[in-house]
Amino acid sequence: MKVVVLVKHVPDEAADRPSGTEASGTKVFAPDLTIDRGALSCRLGALDENAVEQAMRIARRRLDVQIIAVTMGPAGAERSLARALALGADEGVHVRDDALHGSDARATASVLATVVARLGFDLVLCGAASSDSGMSVVPAMVAEHLGVPVACDADAVWVGEDEVLVRRDADGFVEEVAAPLPAVVSVTERADEPRYPSFRAIVEARHKVLRTWSLADLRIRPETVGANASATVVRSVTPHPGERPAVLIEGASDVAAARLARYLTEHQLI
Amino acid sequence: MGPVLVLVEQHEGNGDTVQSRTYELLTIARRFGDPVAVARHPVDAACVAALGRYGATRVCVVESAVPGASPAVVAVAGLAELAWQMSAVAVLIGSGREGREVAARTSVRLGAGIVTDAVDVRPGPGGPVTVQDVCEGAYRVESVVRGDSPVITVAPGAVAAVPDPAVPVVERVRVRPAEPACAVRVVARTPKTRRPGVAGAAVVVAGGRGVGSADGFALIEKVADALGGAVGGTHAAADHGWCPPDALIGQTGAIVHPRLYLACGISGSVHHRAGMRHASTIVAIDKDPSAPIFRIADVAVVGDLHEVLPALLAELDRQRRQPCGVEETAAADTAVT
Ligand SMILES: Cc1cc2nc3c(=O)[nH]c(=O)nc-3n(C[C@H](O)[C@H](O)[C@H](O)COP(=O)(O)OP(=O)(O)OC[C@H]3O[C@@H](n4cnc5c(N)ncnc54)[C@H](O)[C@@H]3O)c2cc1C
Ligand SMILES: Nc1ncnc2c1ncn2[C@@H]1O[C@H](COP(=O)(O)O)[C@@H](O)[C@H]1O
Repeated sequence: MKVVVLVKHVPDEAADRPSGTEASGTKVFAPDLTIDRGALSCRLGALDENAVEQAMRIARRRLDVQIIAVTMGPAGAERSLARALALGADEGVHVRDDALHGSDARATASVLATVVARLGFDLVLCGAASSDSGMSVVPAMVAEHLGVPVACDADAVWVGEDEVLVRRDADGFVEEVAAPLPAVVSVTERADEPRYPSFRAIVEARHKVLRTWSLADLRIRPETVGANASATVVRSVTPHPGERPAVLIEGASDVAAARLARYLTEHQLI
Repeated sequence: MGPVLVLVEQHEGNGDTVQSRTYELLTIARRFGDPVAVARHPVDAACVAALGRYGATRVCVVESAVPGASPAVVAVAGLAELAWQMSAVAVLIGSGREGREVAARTSVRLGAGIVTDAVDVRPGPGGPVTVQDVCEGAYRVESVVRGDSPVITVAPGAVAAVPDPAVPVVERVRVRPAEPACAVRVVARTPKTRRPGVAGAAVVVAGGRGVGSADGFALIEKVADALGGAVGGTHAAADHGWCPPDALIGQTGAIVHPRLYLACGISGSVHHRAGMRHASTIVAIDKDPSAPIFRIADVAVVGDLHEVLPALLAELDRQRRQPCGVEETAAADTAVT
């Protein structure tokens, strides 16, 4: 059984979190308004780590599992792939091409789907959201390209003979859904986190196969990806006032409670 | 002005009344085109009238030729078909898990661009202009979406719904979802009865020294149950034995990322904030207006928690008994008769 894990190289929140007044767009965004992955220290996305761990859990229960970690990103993204390999993936694929710079969700999903289709797959695991773009759409878009079902936001994943079972949160309910394989699943922060890799695992990971594919290798025309093919053109990025603008509720308790209840309902928090 | 498709969300089982966020989408759609409401459940006269009140000029009811197709699959097939037929200016969908999935699939099918969680959408010369919050709200990004029929998901409450009555034409659209195999099946659905633990909970209600006593903490538990959330506490609360040690949140306890964090009688020391500042929405109730917790709160309720929380419980209970506004209850009544 072939499990492909899509992993993204994202800015490390702990290291570079723009805090309070120092939040100036120049630190996070390059002059062309893309996220400047060169200037920031980046790492494997936390939810993508969980996705690798779910793949490992599947592999621990059956013998025929092969795990391939795939990333699309600039030079440097292979560090995230190395981390995925240390966490247990068997092989890594790095899609790297200067023409990919500035790709939007549409281009990213089509490139990733091309890679997955070429590798062949029974299950594709992703993070539920990347911490930088956080659109949470790449998994479903990849599934649509591949013409397979998608189960997003899994808190737990099990694989049966020909289907994948997912437990997820559904507004006051816990829902279990089943999808026939092949399928795409995205996992949340509530899914099991990986254990810290041992030194041996890190060393052994250096000997695992890491392939780098260009657009030419994938037979993707460069003009269909990257900033110029992007459907969305960012016009401006403005830092938002550092502190969250708070809603202030004062006065009589019953009036305050009613306003609070209305806020919670309107923001779909209850 | 061309048509703008709006995916209608209905309260299931509740007479299939329209959810209020659909009216927000219709209000946005009117800014740059003719709003076309796309529904995938049967609509009665009251629904059509309600959609018309917010400016829908057409209501398209999508029906699947394949029985048992999931609502998401039907929505994708319907939206893609209609957007293509009508050369829609844009497709607007409410944010949320299903909305995102429908948007993602529809955009791939149309080969169109996608923007998620827009907090504002305006017409622009080169296509719709969207505004998004990124990096947990640290930046606002304004973008132009190029190409045909961009798909945009809109955050709830992005705009206030404003009526602008129209008399919609109702049409039926029959789709044949290509891949019935794409449907995921729901195999079990259980209401969350047992109180969840703080790790991974979507809602956390936490109490601190201000709660005052173990009896006071029972109030925190009641509110947590009413919101379907977990009970958390500060070091002070755990020290007093008011909450179990595994409910401790902060530097020495659990780090939580809930959608809603309700802090009651918590001053908001750095140690405590370390464990909860990444919550999406922070609501704090404290009687001291200068409590540091208010500096990171989205909603600051200055008051005595022993008064505010019982009033909140009463209010939640009232809402539960009468789930939709007066207007929608009337619509539900007509649907029954
Ligand atoms: C190394 C170290 C690690 C620590 N780790 C943690 C940790 O992981 N987690 C943690 O929580 N703490 C931790 N602490 C302790 C932390 O510094 C604070 O002491 C603790 O968080 C304070 O808890 P509190 O907010 O409940 O109490 P207080 O700071 O006493 O605040 C009580 C608040 O309740 C309000 N209040 C009182 N009565 C009412 C009422 N009737 N209605 C409304 N509001 C009312 C008050 O105005 C006040 O703001 C740590 C401390 C150290 C030194
Ligand atoms: N450039 C990328 N390379 C590999 N995987 C990606 C990439 N972008 C997104 N993904 C996957 O899609 C998930 C959701 O991303 P997003 O839609 O950006 O929130 C991530 O957690 C990854 O699993």
